[in-house]
Amino acid sequence: MTYDVPIAPGETGDLAETTGTSGRGWPMWEVFVRARRGISHVHIGSLHAPDARTALQNARDVYTRRGEGVSVWVVPSSEISAFEPEAAAEYVEANEKVYRLATTYDIPDEVGQM
Amino acid sequence: MTPEERFDAIVAAEDKIEPSDWMPEGYRKTLIRQIAQHAHSEIIGMQPEGNWITRAPSLHRKAILMAKVQDEAGHGLYLYSAAETLGVERDQLQQLLHEGKHKYSSIFNYPTLSWADMGAIGWLVDGAAITNQVMLTRCSYGPYARAMVRICKEESFHQRQGYELLIRLCNGSEQQKAMAQDALDRWWWPSLMMFGPHDTDSPHTEQSMEWKIKRVSNDELRQQFVDMTVPQADYLGLRIPDPELRWNKRRGHYDFGEIDWEEFWNVVKGNGPMNRDRIAHKTRAWEEGAWVREAATAHADKSRSAA
Amino acid sequence: MTETITANAPQGTPVPDLGDRVTSLVAHADDNMVMAQRLGEWISNAPDLELDIALGNIALDHLGVARALYTHAGEIERKGRTEDDFAMRRSEREFLNVLLVEQPNGDFAHTIVRQVFFDVYQQLLWAALADSGDDTLAGIAGRAAKETAYHNEFSRSWLERLGGGTVESHRRAQEAVDALWRYTSEITSDEWMRVITRVLNESGLVVPDDPYQRSGGRQGYHTEHLGYLLAEMQWMDRAHPGMTW
Repeated sequence: MTYDVPIAPGETGDLAETTGTSGRGWPMWEVFVRARRGISHVHIGSLHAPDARTALQNARDVYTRRGEGVSVWVVPSSEISAFEPEAAAEYVEANEKVYRLATTYDIPDEVGQM
Repeated sequence: MTPEERFDAIVAAEDKIEPSDWMPEGYRKTLIRQIAQHAHSEIIGMQPEGNWITRAPSLHRKAILMAKVQDEAGHGLYLYSAAETLGVERDQLQQLLHEGKHKYSSIFNYPTLSWADMGAIGWLVDGAAITNQVMLTRCSYGPYARAMVRICKEESFHQRQGYELLIRLCNGSEQQKAMAQDALDRWWWPSLMMFGPHDTDSPHTEQSMEWKIKRVSNDELRQQFVDMTVPQADYLGLRIPDPELRWNKRRGHYDFGEIDWEEFWNVVKGNGPMNRDRIAHKTRAWEEGAWVREAATAHADKSRSAA
Repeated sequence: MTETITANAPQGTPVPDLGDRVTSLVAHADDNMVMAQRLGEWISNAPDLELDIALGNIALDHLGVARALYTHAGEIERKGRTEDDFAMRRSEREFLNVLLVEQPNGDFAHTIVRQVFFDVYQQLLWAALADSGDDTLAGIAGRAAKETAYHNEFSRSWLERLGGGTVESHRRAQEAVDALWRYTSEITSDEWMRVITRVLNESGLVVPDDPYQRSGGRQGYHTEHLGYLLAEMQWMDRAHPGMTW
């Protein structure tokens, strides 16, 4: 199936034109989960929340629904400093979100068989 | 190396583009739209299925359906997070959805009229999603590919529970069997329409393939879906509502009839059976919840200044 | 504190024997079943996605407890009744849930206040049942206690946000407390009152000074809401009796 739902004849092709501010101003948090003892915390995604308590509740609800997650950390995205050696210098200056981390996942075997 | 050359080299090497990499503006905008529409699809998709939670015929089915819809909300969140790495905010994307400038998978513009629809949606819609998913885990944009890996892990239960629901109906009473057949009659063609227009009518396909956002064409995916699903319908003893459907030995695939493209474009344009209702429902929930979100912000602000 | 005035089931209404083990289990199961059904109505309607997920998760927890208790009740009763026999094939006069849980969701404040009141009650209940001589019940109570601890954290933190948020959220929260107070005599105890008083005060809310209480759920004497809730919940099973799904 496609999520690239086509532009119908007569509609504008404008992509991602936004019409206002996001309004809420809730900071973004990065979520790290340690799924079980013996392994390390892994960056698993991000979410918006007004404070740490809410961020933790939301992270628990969203990222540990299947019972995974012995330990959940949330960190304000703005608190993360990053080192990106390969990023082009001029792009690093233009991109304010250099704190977003790059993580790698191994694709599980089962996905290959689907 | 110029940034463009670096970008092209990473994509050509089947490596991942990450948020801090330079990327063509068109790549960024195409991804924002596609990832956002994928997220919107998950969220809007909660409505047709949510419609039957309070009326599920057994506690077991109620629990399964609730869990499935919760998964979909979670998938939406993973995808919005992935879209946000491209420099937009979730609330902005939602605004575009509410205004009709962003779309969602057209399948969700059809009403769920019987319990059997829960089976048909799990079997066909999630089945279609699965044909797409492996492709998307190979998307060149890292955060989207990784969100897809996470979603894949959770998705297999969705299709299985839908198909199992239909097995029960098809092994049940005459009324239950008829309910299942009726659901297939109403959901088959909309499921084929999920794969989009013919590639020849899809102007973005070539660029998306070059950027490795799209890895397989619409028609190929649709063929894959038909080939996988027809034997599954046979097993259920259900008849697919396409008189032109037949196995083509020479091609090694099923031949099938032509989609009603007028219906297709009608629904894409917003004139399907449930387009207005789905957006109205979403918008109403959002507007009625405004005071709640404001309260959370106000409380957090007070706590911060008190600290 | 003013003396309470309780409207209970009228003179002559038959009263089930709640001392009977099966009946007691079924009553607690009904509480959780009806709560699950109410919370399920929030799915795709919550103020935000995270809340949609949170309320859905809590609904699933309540549903799980209901199913475990119904199944256990059926085993003890030995009449072959299944979880669906209890949930789908009893009339509203046979349901023994407390009136609080069948009240409509209302706005989000109403739902949160209902949840806070119920969560404190559940927390005390599971603690008491963990010592039950019935091993299965103790096991169910042990698992439920962990879930209820999370529910309490969720509902109380939201009550704080609403009570201490904006003028509007504070008003709605207090209105919800005032509206639902009359259904608390069925779940109250000294300890419950102590905890709820503290929780309300911490959220900047006032304990109502209303003597009126409406009771009767444990006698199967419900408010007019339960009938509609059961009509929706039971309709597929009643329309297609005896089928497997």
